[in-house]
Amino acid sequence: MKLYLRFLWRCFRLSFVGDWRYHAWMLMLTVFVLLGVNAYAKQLVHGLVTTGMTDHVSWGLYIANFVYLVGMAAAAVMVVIPVYIYRRHELHDLVIFGELFAVASITMCLLFVQVDLGRPDRFMHMFWRFNFPMSMLTWDVVALGGYLLLNLHICGYLIYCAYRKVKPSPRFYIPFVFVAIGWAISIHTVTAFLFVGLGGRPFWNTAIIAPRFLASAFAAGPAFIIITLQMIRRFAGYHVSDDALKLLRNIVTVAMTVNMFLFVCELFTEFYADSAHIVSTKYLYLGLHGHHGLVPWIWTAIVLNTIALVILYLPFTKSLRFMNVACVFLIIGIWIEKGMGLVIPAFIPSPLGELVEYQPTLNETLVCLGIWAFGLLLYTIFVRISVPVLTGRVTADDDIKPQGVSATAPTR
Amino acid sequence: MNPADQQPTEECGKRDKLSRRSFLRGSLGAAGGVAALGAALSPLRFLDTEDFTIEKFLQKHYKEMTPEDMEAVLDRIRVEVEQRYAVRPELRDIKANDGVEFVYALHLGRCIGCRRCVHACAQENNTSRSPEIQYIRVLEMPRGSIDLEQGRHDYDHPTVPDPDHYYMPVQCHQCANPPCVKVCPVEATWKEQDGIVVIDYDWCIGCRYCEAACPYWARRFNYAEPQIPRDKINPDMAYLSNRPRKKGVMEKCHFCLQRTREGRMPACLEVCPVGARKFGNVLDPESEVSQILRNKHVFVLKQEVGTLPRFFYYFDEDYPRNEHGMSSPVIPGGDHA
Repeated sequence: MKLYLRFLWRCFRLSFVGDWRYHAWMLMLTVFVLLGVNAYAKQLVHGLVTTGMTDHVSWGLYIANFVYLVGMAAAAVMVVIPVYIYRRHELHDLVIFGELFAVASITMCLLFVQVDLGRPDRFMHMFWRFNFPMSMLTWDVVALGGYLLLNLHICGYLIYCAYRKVKPSPRFYIPFVFVAIGWAISIHTVTAFLFVGLGGRPFWNTAIIAPRFLASAFAAGPAFIIITLQMIRRFAGYHVSDDALKLLRNIVTVAMTVNMFLFVCELFTEFYADSAHIVSTKYLYLGLHGHHGLVPWIWTAIVLNTIALVILYLPFTKSLRFMNVACVFLIIGIWIEKGMGLVIPAFIPSPLGELVEYQPTLNETLVCLGIWAFGLLLYTIFVRISVPVLTGRVTADDDIKPQGVSATAPTR
Repeated sequence: MNPADQQPTEECGKRDKLSRRSFLRGSLGAAGGVAALGAALSPLRFLDTEDFTIEKFLQKHYKEMTPEDMEAVLDRIRVEVEQRYAVRPELRDIKANDGVEFVYALHLGRCIGCRRCVHACAQENNTSRSPEIQYIRVLEMPRGSIDLEQGRHDYDHPTVPDPDHYYMPVQCHQCANPPCVKVCPVEATWKEQDGIVVIDYDWCIGCRYCEAACPYWARRFNYAEPQIPRDKINPDMAYLSNRPRKKGVMEKCHFCLQRTREGRMPACLEVCPVGARKFGNVLDPESEVSQILRNKHVFVLKQEVGTLPRFFYYFDEDYPRNEHGMSSPVIPGGDHA
């Protein structure tokens, strides 16, 4: 126990140590976090009127980011599956980076839900009258909370074992890894069901949303991990093989192809039938009665996604530079498609046919940036700690004040 | 291996040389951080702390409160209302009556779109005047269509009705299969025995999932602190209905339960100049609404979403089988039988 507390304390100290680039990066993120905190404090005082949301469009950027980040968290399994199911053990350590990324994403998700509440102080009411299993929101709370705990356990255990230079006992983590794989699929499915189950919103009331969520998540998530792994390789001095990146690239290509296919299926169904149910879809892609707030966004997403997919397909783009361009395009394209493109159009027009558009405010945007900055801050710290531990640069043995602690370590 | 040689102990090496300078730098950094956090949180000094007392934090869900708990809560609310609006409210918790299920019927042929119901409702139910919250929305519809998208919400003629249109007021339909109740994660909204869907404003967490679920756009959220002029407050209040709300919670039409559960009619009905609105107990076969449901051309809005509304629209024509005493049903399309 004492050794564990000592480990946490050393992790804490470690997160303040780094070169000037590390400090500059962390300082920048901290500034954004504080701007976000400030904007949220204003929102607490004045209410959600500080956002662009109205009774017409009652969910906005917060829920959009939430949906996107649930996908990012779920996508961590795409690093886990090759290792544990296809036995690519040389990629073992990457699992830890993937799952740490899931932990940071879930934390951001929970923050995005929290800032969306009108009465965040009453969050506790969930525990007194939990409308389970009727409300899909309660399912989501169970799914996200469980996923967070699973990943914290797996990464925490593996890193702590590396710190103590003990071989991890498979009994303590392999079962959890397999549960986490299934659980990852479930978090994004449940999040899709949150929308799909509403009969009064035809735009959401379609079975294709859950599979499309998974496909787009398995494209955007690994794309994000590809970029972060290169950052880790470059700045944290941790060796990540090109093979690993190539494997992830293949996953992105397949997932994005499936996503595009589902997208075409959806467009065909909506526009060929051309029933009254497609008003929201029309608003999103073409605009409706002179209102086209989302049209430039969604077409940007379509163009970015298409270019990215073409780059991934072409043989002469095996170089990392092209792949990175594709990844960045996908990360942005899918953020638009899944956040703004999925959440907002369902509210336009309103169930009584009124066309009121949504425009996020500066305050709302700052809260979002603050949460993103916090998530990146968290992930940077995780990487900052786990790299020296996993490479054996920081271990229980080199602690300068052992005081008998190290004597107890091997026996446990 | 190589990186490990270059920086042998990471943080340990630096910690050994905990000189005065690094200590000073560390504390300056910490102080700066705390100051920046303080500055970021500074808007909180305007926070209305009255919303966040221990007493309110520990308040139970409506269904778990004993009569004594409820009395204490009602006392607290009375004091708050009196402090804020200088009016002593007639506040009580009114339970549903046995053998009663309320139903609303609206005569589309009669409604002239004057919006008096909208304003009478706001007056009766203490809804915020700024930002304005209204439970009833009147749509001006072109004749020959019930496509809601063709409806106008912001019609503004010098006189109503406009001869080319008919008018369709929409408010909470108090569905028998309410999607809003199903989705609420904390059971802050539920269907009462008399069919009214109510909200415990002190339990709602403000997630607005119910607002997304409602096919009739009947729910309203308090995005800002509701403002009601003191002389406009209606002191006749019930816990589950028209007591003043705070920002951050949902509200909606509740069939004026502070009136209807005590035998009066809803405010929107009383004010209607043309008698287009009918309200009553559907379990009583002699009630006006029962007769309308039996005898008139009645329909509900968006029947396809399966919400089973208690709010019906109707036309004047009677079914022939009642008026003309047809003995056997008429088979449409000929007499194959």
